[in-house]
Amino acid sequence: MSVLVDRSTRLIVQGFTGKEGTFHSQQAIAYGTTVVGGVVPGRGGARHLDLPVFDTVAQAVRETGANASVVFVPPPFAADAVMEAADAGIALVVCITEGIPALDMVRAWRFLQGTRTRLIGPNCPGIISPGRCKIGIMPGHIHTEGHVGVVSRSGTLTYEAVGQLTRLGIGQSTCIGIGGDPIIGTDFVDALKLFNEDPETRAIVMIGEIGGNAEETAAAYVKANVKKPVIGFVAGQTAPPGRRMGHAGAIIAGGSGKASDKIAAMREAGITVCQSPAEIGEKVQSRL
Amino acid sequence: MKIHEYQAKAILSQYHVPVPRGEVAFNAEEAEAAAKHIGGSVVVKAQIHAGGRGKGGGVKIARNSSEAAELARGMIGMKLVTHQTGPDGRQVHRLLVEETLPIERELYLGIVLDRVQAKPVFMASSAGGMDIEEVAARTPELILKETLDPCMGLAAYQARKLAFGIGIPPASVPAAAAAMSALAKAYLAMDASLFEINPFILTRDGKVYALDAKVNFDDNALYRHKELLELRDLNEEDPLEVEASRFGLNYIKLEGTVGCMVNGAGLAMATMDIIQHSGGSPANFLDVGGGASAEQVRNAFRILLSDTHVKAVLINIFGGILRCDTLATGVVAAARELKVRAPIVVRMEGTNVDLGRQILMESGLNFTVGADMRDAAEKAVKLAAQQGNPQ
Repeated sequence: MSVLVDRSTRLIVQGFTGKEGTFHSQQAIAYGTTVVGGVVPGRGGARHLDLPVFDTVAQAVRETGANASVVFVPPPFAADAVMEAADAGIALVVCITEGIPALDMVRAWRFLQGTRTRLIGPNCPGIISPGRCKIGIMPGHIHTEGHVGVVSRSGTLTYEAVGQLTRLGIGQSTCIGIGGDPIIGTDFVDALKLFNEDPETRAIVMIGEIGGNAEETAAAYVKANVKKPVIGFVAGQTAPPGRRMGHAGAIIAGGSGKASDKIAAMREAGITVCQSPAEIGEKVQSRL
Repeated sequence: MKIHEYQAKAILSQYHVPVPRGEVAFNAEEAEAAAKHIGGSVVVKAQIHAGGRGKGGGVKIARNSSEAAELARGMIGMKLVTHQTGPDGRQVHRLLVEETLPIERELYLGIVLDRVQAKPVFMASSAGGMDIEEVAARTPELILKETLDPCMGLAAYQARKLAFGIGIPPASVPAAAAAMSALAKAYLAMDASLFEINPFILTRDGKVYALDAKVNFDDNALYRHKELLELRDLNEEDPLEVEASRFGLNYIKLEGTVGCMVNGAGLAMATMDIIQHSGGSPANFLDVGGGASAEQVRNAFRILLSDTHVKAVLINIFGGILRCDTLATGVVAAARELKVRAPIVVRMEGTNVDLGRQILMESGLNFTVGADMRDAAEKAVKLAAQQGNPQ
């Protein structure tokens, strides 16, 4: 089983005809994802990659029965695209866009409250259920079907972890990149809950980084609710305080957000924490 | 993006936040003239992007304009060292000359983004004038909080609650609450990421002022506040970091000897971590991003190598969008052009990896290939150590 996405996922692409939208739509289709069309305001009625293009998400949903959307819209318009998808009743919106103004996300986050839409991201690689459905920018071929759930704030570091697992013959049920921004739609606790309830996920990999206290909150959740083995890593053990390390959300501010605090909280919750990013695969193997 | 105190106060005053009368000065003559305009005793404040200036000798009082000139002569050009600048300190190029005010009480106001509630939160405290992080750690009950509605700002009742809560006398509450609402309005309108007014003062005649102002802006929103770009002060930034930002690269200089070039922020941090785990120390954080071109890779490489402490380079790429052949082409071009002497360890994985490895091997340059992340880090650390100590 997988969480959030599977073979019944019908995907539309917002920002379909752009460079990124086109490339990653091709990749998703090649992977076997059911892409049913795209949305580009002003391009409605055209065809792209042999699929229909719509002016609005509402139209696309009406015509194609889409239940998921991926957003490749540039930063100034991305939060609006997320709200449009939610307004059209899309159940799962995956926002890849990096660089969205924080206050735009404050408003979009507020807008999503009380809707039935789950947002993943922004500033994330997306979500993949190996062999079933790929929504996002991750290289599909490094994944393999299996029973480990992966949740991460990072993109390429997730690929690294997945690569290690696949090399050891350990497959993944679903990998969720929750994103590197300070305000994100789906957090660690949401993902951990989904994996905990998924009968086919047997172990969970959780990859955090400096900034905020989402890892501490997740650790408390694991301690209270999760019986499955959880293996963790926190990037940024050597990061200097006060500096933003690439991701908008990766900053040690006012003594909080440090890797050492997160690692301590995770250990205390019974999570197996990897000291080195090279040992994520081995540690998972040792707990299966 | 960070700006200076005098720039922050100019912006806040446009939103009707009361600030002391003051002028910026770039030399002693300007400081003297400013002090004359203001009249009476003035405070001369060094303008650098770091806190703790008072303790470091960067804030002094002059009784008249000639004293102000004297103080300015001493401060302009000085290396100001505070707990936030690091041991090298920061050179002072600008001063703020301000009127002095009869302080009755020092309070604290601040606005930050609360990640958990996904809303900005307005903070107020009666414990102003001190390190607010210490107040938060020791006496968290002294910090009052109200969340800002992204559409509404700070409601009048919230401002009153905070003002009464931090002990502002009733006669001054309307002025304090108005200042707070103005701050909230400015924060939302300007896409700020941090406001800190420490201290926010109450004067003996019952007025309130933002006596200091720390204002940071959300870099992602600068495209809609182009006027703010002029406020950037390159003197306050590391020259290599400024250079990197011109090419859209995320580079942060550190103290170690192993230079690293990585795609993706998380993997870049993890690469720094594994270098340390392998007994070395990272010279920098460098994320070339998801869709870097060969040209960007070349510039990244050049910037990385202009740090003279770098004794070996570790390139760690997990190609998703960034294809390994693009990276290899950029690295080979840069290594040739720059006549690189430092040993280079390359670890590549992902899209077009075989083609990338082939480009490196056929270049005739001295690349060491790392089998995986651990192997690559160990090799880079060993090679850096063999190159001897940093100058």
